[in-house]
Amino acid sequence: MTVTKKESGQEGADDNGGMSDAGDDGYVPSQRRLDRERHKRARARRATAVAALSTLVTGVVLYLVVVNAPGWPRTKETFFDREYAREAFPKVLEGLWLNVRLLLVCGVCVLVLGMLIAVARTLRGPVFFPLRVLAAAYTDFFRGLPLIINLMIVVLGVPALRLQGVTVDPVLLGGTALTLTYSAYVAEVFRAGIESVHPSQRAAARSLGLTNRQALRHVVLPQAVRRQVPPLLNDLVSLQKDTGLVSIGGAVDAVRAADIIVGRSLNYTPYIVAGLIFVALTIPMTRFTDWVTARMDRRRAQGGAL
Amino acid sequence: MHPAPRALRRAVAVTTTALLATALGCAPQPEEKAADTPSGAAGNTCAKGKLATKTSGKLTIATDEPAYEPWFKDDTPANGEGFESAVAYAVAQQLGYDKSAVVWQSVPFNKAFAPGEKTFDFDVNQVSISDERKQAVDFSSGYYDVRQAVIALKGTKAAKAKTVADLKSLKLGAQVGTTSLDYIDDLVKPAQEPAAYAKNDQAKSALKNGQVDAIVVDLPTAFYITAAEVTDATIVGQFENQGGTPEQFGLVLDKGSALTSCVTDAVDALRKDGTLDKLEQQWLSDAVDAPVLK
Repeated sequence: MTVTKKESGQEGADDNGGMSDAGDDGYVPSQRRLDRERHKRARARRATAVAALSTLVTGVVLYLVVVNAPGWPRTKETFFDREYAREAFPKVLEGLWLNVRLLLVCGVCVLVLGMLIAVARTLRGPVFFPLRVLAAAYTDFFRGLPLIINLMIVVLGVPALRLQGVTVDPVLLGGTALTLTYSAYVAEVFRAGIESVHPSQRAAARSLGLTNRQALRHVVLPQAVRRQVPPLLNDLVSLQKDTGLVSIGGAVDAVRAADIIVGRSLNYTPYIVAGLIFVALTIPMTRFTDWVTARMDRRRAQGGAL
Repeated sequence: MHPAPRALRRAVAVTTTALLATALGCAPQPEEKAADTPSGAAGNTCAKGKLATKTSGKLTIATDEPAYEPWFKDDTPANGEGFESAVAYAVAQQLGYDKSAVVWQSVPFNKAFAPGEKTFDFDVNQVSISDERKQAVDFSSGYYDVRQAVIALKGTKAAKAKTVADLKSLKLGAQVGTTSLDYIDDLVKPAQEPAAYAKNDQAKSALKNGQVDAIVVDLPTAFYITAAEVTDATIVGQFENQGGTPEQFGLVLDKGSALTSCVTDAVDALRKDGTLDKLEQQWLSDAVDAPVLK
């Protein structure tokens, strides 16, 4: 709940509330300036207080509405049962380890594959036409194919082929399916990034004597990737949640672990536990994304980019 | 125009926010009871055809879709064919609702147990009765004594298993939400984590593909799968009942439903007059015995 933001740069480079001691330059803030800053501080305090009050009132009203609902006691024991939460927590965590491993491995594969496809799509020159078409077809197909159907086909269909040397492990197959779909998403993110770099950058690089490849590698891609960090992390968070879908092949992930207890007991608390754990896992990632974005904005504001 | 004083505007804003929150949460309403609740507090009269059903004069019965053989035939619960469809109609008859007064509804397994208003009078979906589940829903008395069986592909190591211990080293699978999975966890305690499938169809695919060595299903399903669906699979054997009491399928009703005792009486009556045995003979006669895994 950030209501106030330190307004830097508004009143010259003075950052400590105008209370700067008369330094070497002998600057003493005027009475008017002190008044203005006092007023600003008071306004900020009042805004915070009002926001807090409004939040409190909203919270209390929602709480009362939920708790006084006629079905609340029943809902409470079905969704918020301490005993089941205690039983579910370790099992869900155990399942979560599978989600995390899948996220790490698939994440790396997706980034590499996505980058390759994006580069293939943005290659210039008539000789690369088939490569461009293939890459475009790949992204079109796998972005359009519903992930769940993709998983079904890969996890249950590929083993049916009985190919020698091809794994039947549902986790590996599920990871492959995830990588196929997500690399198509990520390729598009990368491509947008590559195309968003101003053509003058490439032209400048070429005029300095860099080859096409060098220009791409040293000038275009670094700028493109930096710009694409927020949407990439977005896809990564999304991938993290979708790793659970490999349970289609019988692997027990966090959600499936909850499923098992729910099926036995008909009590839904394990789902709540699994949901909260996923959220808890996503929050650090989201904060990290925000931090990266803010840092990049600061850099850009310093006149780095065009 | 003169703007309203700031404090006033703020107060209005806070109130609006609060009101909005109230509007979002639906205003509490008293739970509606069915109009014609039987006044049988003590006697609980199950007047034929006059029960406090969801739709008066009709009996709404739910099951999952697809509805599997041999419990239902052709995925059409309303045709009266298949064991559970036949049992449902027999119970309806017993309660005084003939075939035309029965309405079928498709309700996913999981949704049948969610709290809140039920849309059906009872649900018939091979649900095993357990004390733990009774915390969440009401059950009728059991209409079928079920045993769990192991299926494996012919000629595999799993197919040669004679005892429960022989299964320990194998990769086993079962459907989530079934007692089959509990049997694996509690009785076999295999070395590898068992695979848990959302649907039996996926368990069958996994067995065919060799992703699991064996799957556990209830015995009639096992007979149906090996006879019609995965013909190169065989029934390895059945488990003994755990804890001495036979596992039973029961009809599922809303927790505290006014119909529970009537439906239970109906099932008991059908058991007494041999109807249940007859239907079992008719629809599940294939499911004779399989060797018991000691």
